[in-house]
Amino acid sequence: MSENGFKPRIVAFLCNWCSYTASDLAGTSRVKYSPRVRMIRVMCSGRVDPSFVLKAFALGADGVLIAGCHPGDCHYIEQNYKTMRRHAMLRYFLEQMGIQPERLRLVWASAAEGQYLAESIDQFVADVQKLGPLRWSGVWEDPWRREDAFDEIAAEHAEAMEVQA
Amino acid sequence: MNGEPKGKLALYWAASCGGCEIAVLAINERILDVDALFDIVFWPVAVDAKVHDVEKMADGSIDVCLFNGGIRTSEQEYMARLLRKKSKVLVAFGSCAHEGCIPGLANSTSRRRIFETVYHETPSTENTDHVEPQPSTAVPEGTLHLPVFYDTLRTLDQTVKVDYYLPGCPPEADRIWDAITAIVENNLPPPGSVIGAETTVCQECPRKRNEKKVKKFYRTWEIIPDEETCLLEQGLLCCGIATRAGCGARCPQVGSPCIGCYGPNEGIHDHGARMMAALASTIDSNDPEEIDRIIRDGIPDPVGSFYRFGLAASHLRRKKEAMIET
Repeated sequence: MSENGFKPRIVAFLCNWCSYTASDLAGTSRVKYSPRVRMIRVMCSGRVDPSFVLKAFALGADGVLIAGCHPGDCHYIEQNYKTMRRHAMLRYFLEQMGIQPERLRLVWASAAEGQYLAESIDQFVADVQKLGPLRWSGVWEDPWRREDAFDEIAAEHAEAMEVQA
Repeated sequence: MNGEPKGKLALYWAASCGGCEIAVLAINERILDVDALFDIVFWPVAVDAKVHDVEKMADGSIDVCLFNGGIRTSEQEYMARLLRKKSKVLVAFGSCAHEGCIPGLANSTSRRRIFETVYHETPSTENTDHVEPQPSTAVPEGTLHLPVFYDTLRTLDQTVKVDYYLPGCPPEADRIWDAITAIVENNLPPPGSVIGAETTVCQECPRKRNEKKVKKFYRTWEIIPDEETCLLEQGLLCCGIATRAGCGARCPQVGSPCIGCYGPNEGIHDHGARMMAALASTIDSNDPEEIDRIIRDGIPDPVGSFYRFGLAASHLRRKKEAMIET
């Protein structure tokens, strides 16, 4: 926990064949890493649709981590290259939407790299901590939205009708 | 239909361009059949009934309300709530009510920026007193009210419960007729459904498709596409791969890439995310730097390219204010 008390919420998508196994290895090897990460196992990093990432941000994640097999090592031959391309596309899009692209990170971790994955998670959590909270749903809550505006409109209609009659 | 009491139909227009109102008339002489089946109780653009008349109707007394337009002002929100209460079936008619459409693309800016542009910055505007519309203004005769202009445009179903969606900017006449027929014959899909095709525009597109490998994206004015091959394979940002069918692939057939006006195909919530997923995987490179270069050189405006119609309905809904000026 940092001095400002902000605990980032991170969603991590880990591929079944390399990175999730790496996190398992980290666990069985008693390697400690930040508990701020919620891990979701997917069959392949290529399964991570950009909408998963955007939904995570919209629902309150402060950062999203995608981890998959090293390029060339994909269990499904070349799907992690698609992840690489989607990651580039997403970062570019997030920039335009006003989300720091650093909130999305792509890590390659093989099944043997439990230590490396744990370090990468800690590093990402520390980096997101520096960026501060995202609180995305606050972006569309409207300070101009007023319930009493409706009563005024209804009163106006009634008034207008009275004048005509 | 003779002898049976006529149904009651209402149509309304919120934040939209008005094209949907015209699209209703694109069903041509079949509008007479609609008139034979329904009493049009409220349609500000064509029928002289006032909001106050709707307020006086019993709840649920309108059988079908076709509501087009997004929700940008308090008045539009008021009307959406009113018509929801008075209608048995509320249909989000057209892209604006369904997913925000072009008015929703203004979620990439802010109320402040919109007012700056509209009331101060346009070259033809002369506004030396810096007047802007105010929600209420005191005058000697009393207080005048204007609707509150919201910072974020919402879709109809982000405002009230919606029974059916009719996609399209505007919906094609035949699809409108399909929907009206389905309503009349009581042959509607389960509530909450989009009335339309489930597949993508590619299904209707006659162009030849091969494996897609794109080295460079082009904007429409940069190349003249050949007439036979898939436009995306030629490097044009064609949204057909993620867009609902129903239009007959009119744009790609004449060499103009699909811009996605029919919204995402069945089962997809976030249109732009789907586009990004599909498009990124076609990039023909495994080198992160080259990938970045292909994307940034070829797609100057990802929000406008992928979310031209669906920004307000997307997961993120809008751009974050603080970063807009950068």
